[in-house]
Amino acid sequence: MKLTLRIWRQRGPEQPGAMTTYEVDGISEDMSFLEMLDTLNERLILEGDEPVAFDHDCREGICGACGMVINGQAHGPERTTTCQLHMRHFADGDTIDIEPWRAAAFPVVKDLVVDRSAFDRIIGSGGYITAPTGSAPEAHATPVPKPVADTAFEHAECIGCGACVAACPNGSAMLFTSAKVVHLGSMPQGGPERESRVLGMVSTMDAEGFGGCTNTGECAVACPKGIPLQSIATMNREFLRAARKAPR
Amino acid sequence: MTADTNADISPYTSYVTGDPIADTKAPAGPVEERWDRRRFEAKLVNPANRRKHTVIVVGTGLAGGAAGATLAEQGYHVVQFCYQDSPRRAHSIAAQGGINAAKNYRNDGDSVHRLFYDTVKGGDFRARESNVRRLAQISVEIIDQCVAQGVPFAREYGGLLDTRSFGGVQVSRTFYARGQTGQQLLLGAYQALSRQIAAGNAEMHPRTEMLDLIVVDGRARGIVARDLITGRIDTYLADAVVLASGGYGNVFYLSTNAKNSNATAIWRAHRRGAYFANPCFTQIHPTCIPRSGDHQSKLTLMSESLRNDGRIWVPKAKGDTRPPEQIPEDERDYYLERMYPSFGNLVPRDIASRAAKNVCDEGRGVGPGGQGVYLDFADAIARMGREKVAEKYGNLFDMYARITAEDPYKVPMRIYPAIHYTMGGLWVDYDLQTTIPGLFAIGEANFSDHGANRLGASALMQGLADGYFVLPSTINDYLARHPHQAVADDHPAVVEAVESVTGRLRRLLAVDGDRTPDSFHRELGELLWDECGMARNDAGLRKALDRIPELREEFWRRVKVPGSGEELNQQLEKANRISDYFELAELMCLDALHREESCGGHFREESQTPDGEAARDDERFSYAAAWEFTGTGKPPVLHREELVFEYVHPTQRSYA
Amino acid sequence: MALATRAARRPSTLATLWGSTVGKKTVMAVTGVIMLLFLVVHMLGNLKIFFGAGDFNAYAAWLRTIGEPVLHSSWYLWIQRTVLVAAVVLHAVAAYQLSRRDLAARPVGYAHKRQRASYATRTMRWGGIILALFIVWHILDLTTLTVNPRGEAGHPYQNVVADFHTWYADVIYVVAMLALGLHIRHGFWSAAQTLGANNRRRDRPLKWTANGLALVLTAGFIAVPVSVMTGVVS
Repeated sequence: MKLTLRIWRQRGPEQPGAMTTYEVDGISEDMSFLEMLDTLNERLILEGDEPVAFDHDCREGICGACGMVINGQAHGPERTTTCQLHMRHFADGDTIDIEPWRAAAFPVVKDLVVDRSAFDRIIGSGGYITAPTGSAPEAHATPVPKPVADTAFEHAECIGCGACVAACPNGSAMLFTSAKVVHLGSMPQGGPERESRVLGMVSTMDAEGFGGCTNTGECAVACPKGIPLQSIATMNREFLRAARKAPR
Repeated sequence: MTADTNADISPYTSYVTGDPIADTKAPAGPVEERWDRRRFEAKLVNPANRRKHTVIVVGTGLAGGAAGATLAEQGYHVVQFCYQDSPRRAHSIAAQGGINAAKNYRNDGDSVHRLFYDTVKGGDFRARESNVRRLAQISVEIIDQCVAQGVPFAREYGGLLDTRSFGGVQVSRTFYARGQTGQQLLLGAYQALSRQIAAGNAEMHPRTEMLDLIVVDGRARGIVARDLITGRIDTYLADAVVLASGGYGNVFYLSTNAKNSNATAIWRAHRRGAYFANPCFTQIHPTCIPRSGDHQSKLTLMSESLRNDGRIWVPKAKGDTRPPEQIPEDERDYYLERMYPSFGNLVPRDIASRAAKNVCDEGRGVGPGGQGVYLDFADAIARMGREKVAEKYGNLFDMYARITAEDPYKVPMRIYPAIHYTMGGLWVDYDLQTTIPGLFAIGEANFSDHGANRLGASALMQGLADGYFVLPSTINDYLARHPHQAVADDHPAVVEAVESVTGRLRRLLAVDGDRTPDSFHRELGELLWDECGMARNDAGLRKALDRIPELREEFWRRVKVPGSGEELNQQLEKANRISDYFELAELMCLDALHREESCGGHFREESQTPDGEAARDDERFSYAAAWEFTGTGKPPVLHREELVFEYVHPTQRSYA
Repeated sequence: MALATRAARRPSTLATLWGSTVGKKTVMAVTGVIMLLFLVVHMLGNLKIFFGAGDFNAYAAWLRTIGEPVLHSSWYLWIQRTVLVAAVVLHAVAAYQLSRRDLAARPVGYAHKRQRASYATRTMRWGGIILALFIVWHILDLTTLTVNPRGEAGHPYQNVVADFHTWYADVIYVVAMLALGLHIRHGFWSAAQTLGANNRRRDRPLKWTANGLALVLTAGFIAVPVSVMTGVVS
């Protein structure tokens, strides 16, 4: 099929950017979206143009590296990651707009590549269970009821791609943060750090310049891993509890 | 060290035999006591002195992430690198199936000794007993560690951990977190590392790629790395360097590895003197989604766990193009069940892959181009119900449906083998130290534990064993024994390494030819897949060894890398990695050519049993081949490490 | 040898709340619920207008006597007014500060515009501004009687009727009440989410409750001007 692409091109963080139009032809519907961009890049290189920079790695929907806003939707029209989006979801002759994640906390590095290191700092401020190597008790010492383990897993599925931030009109990282708070907080192992975790992570989230939550629900719609919107409610509850109870 | 471009382009098919090499660190004595003994004999570093030691860790996967976190916890100053934008994205994250541990929670006859036995046997007797025994022993602690970190393993209704079976074994010892075990284990390590980064004990450099190793007075003392955003080349100096940069499967272009996984860190270390062991031991995973066309950029794996309930078959007749549901039961060949009745669909990966290739070569393959076999869940759905199947494999089925637009609940999946893992890697001793003192290699980057074939769910086990438990113990010994003088930034060895890196990047940019980096990579990959893939023979390997130097020469003449070195330049990164693949591919083919036996993932057509199984030649090849670099395009030197089997006696592997 | 990773002392609960987006949002939720409770009572009181001038004026007079004899005349009313003013101010200040943050968090918008979220969700900010302006007008109109066309203290029934005989009062009132409905429709569920009262089981009931409250309050409030306009109340 033949497509018209309008892609955000920006040479560097400080340079201005603009939407630039490219025509691509001979696109197979079995191609992934990224393979379609590969095809464009191969051509651009040979034509002496600068290929489009975009983040990608595993290309099987789990590393969370890829991500672009396609026709105004984070990761495009299907509920999946960009690398797992296939061209069969587009029609011959379509015009496709491709933009980077937009958020103050995710500055554009180049073209479609953004800096998501703020997420790492949020995790570093409490998104862990302190268990120094070698100190662990026998794995079966603490049974975890299956429903609890399932809830924890469902929230631990987050791949840190940032689609929630890209989709949120406020550029908020509440869904990302709450996924980790709920994952660790719901397991008995996460109990001792329950208060400090949520306070630390929310405080870093705010400090990184993410917007607040206005409960629009856009994040959960965009999330390729289906992290539920209610996890934000759970985090709010944990936060209020911690604000009252945390030892000072 | 700068002889890349003008190297001799004549092929080498011979090599020089050097002195044998021995693993001098493994203690003698009963195998079950060796690890404890080594730990006791190792010298320690006083806790107060540890912060004076800097350790560089390259890579943040299961091995690197676990090692970085643990070393920082111990008090060392850790400086860690990854090329991804976050340490959480290392490709360990894509491991689906599970992690083995000899917990024997099922009371099904499992034990540390059985895991040890299964792994040595599964590796076709090309791994060290001491290492494998240690791995089996540590496996138990890994599960405890990960549970304590909050890894949400699958559980039963009683709240205890669930397990499942994997290929090549008859016990149920694989712990899992749905189809995302690697992700959950990696996030555990990443979170532990993040805690150390926030505490200031570890210094993280994401989007920074190691491009060379700095060796001063024969010891590894640092690395040269490129900031992938600004293009700045920096040197980082330390007391020891740990490579946890993963395997080299991407040399084949199409593999299940992440697109940017690469061999540059280990290959640069090899060029600096670290021996490279068993490069031809590559693993082909039997259950991948077949390629859909020339645009294919990578292959996607479907967890081996699918073979627990799925049945693999092809039509009995050649060229049968009927849709699968129209092929009656008696015209289907469930070839694995037929040939290996006791293991059936759960034979080890190398055997399942080769069997798939054979039926496709016979013209009985299915799907476009006849490059596929069916993996059929119809019986499982009839037996357990669709819901139960969805609960166990739902996410894998969804992934398959997304990629192929076919519904695996209705139509059997099509699968085909693909390059997945590399057992070969940098040669290391029992302490995981390479032949360069102070340079350690852990996880898939080393060669040590899987012999010629890795069993399913053992990669996660080895990565975490190395990272959490082995390296943090053994590195103490090195650091305690070798108090270091600081290295000056302008030391000749440092300057030389930086110049070597910058010169190479400059040359890549200067070629300005007419072919894209990917076009070379694709061509090299196809050549390797054809001649050094699932089955290898003398003529084919010689053909590849003829062709690779030509391709390398052409690359340095015709590659086109746009842009500059002082910015984010993904094509430059790619071209630089590909330039190393040519050299690595050559060594792989030579290793495959010299090993005139079949073992594990290395199948030489000249060496098979009458019924077509791999035939080992223990008389001649019961050794690990450690290769020493002598120059681009120059015959390397072979150092043999004889393998001794005191506990698990080599037999012809039989899964029939 | 792991080092401590956290500062020794934490700020007070109130400082923690006001200092974070989550806490500020909690303030909005709590003040919102207070105002909502007031509105329910206010709306029910308004409906007394259908029982005639006597009943309605007596009810209005009674409001001044709540709490007697413990409280002096009108004291309760002043307490309530204080609480409500505090709620409005806190709600508005938090909303203003959070909105500033939210807008700053997306400095460059998307070139490809797409309709996002529901109408109620998207109009929270404008709706809030409309309501704030309305409150000012409403107090000037029916409390201080500054802008009321009749403006006779002690005769609320007559004042209301006179008021809604003017077209502009009707327009202002109806528009504000529609904005109120939309505001409550998203705000009630949002408050539950913010206070952590939502979960997967409650999500649907909460949304229905929000819709119901929005509808009842809007209808209840609008019933008065409509009745005046149609002559049902005169």
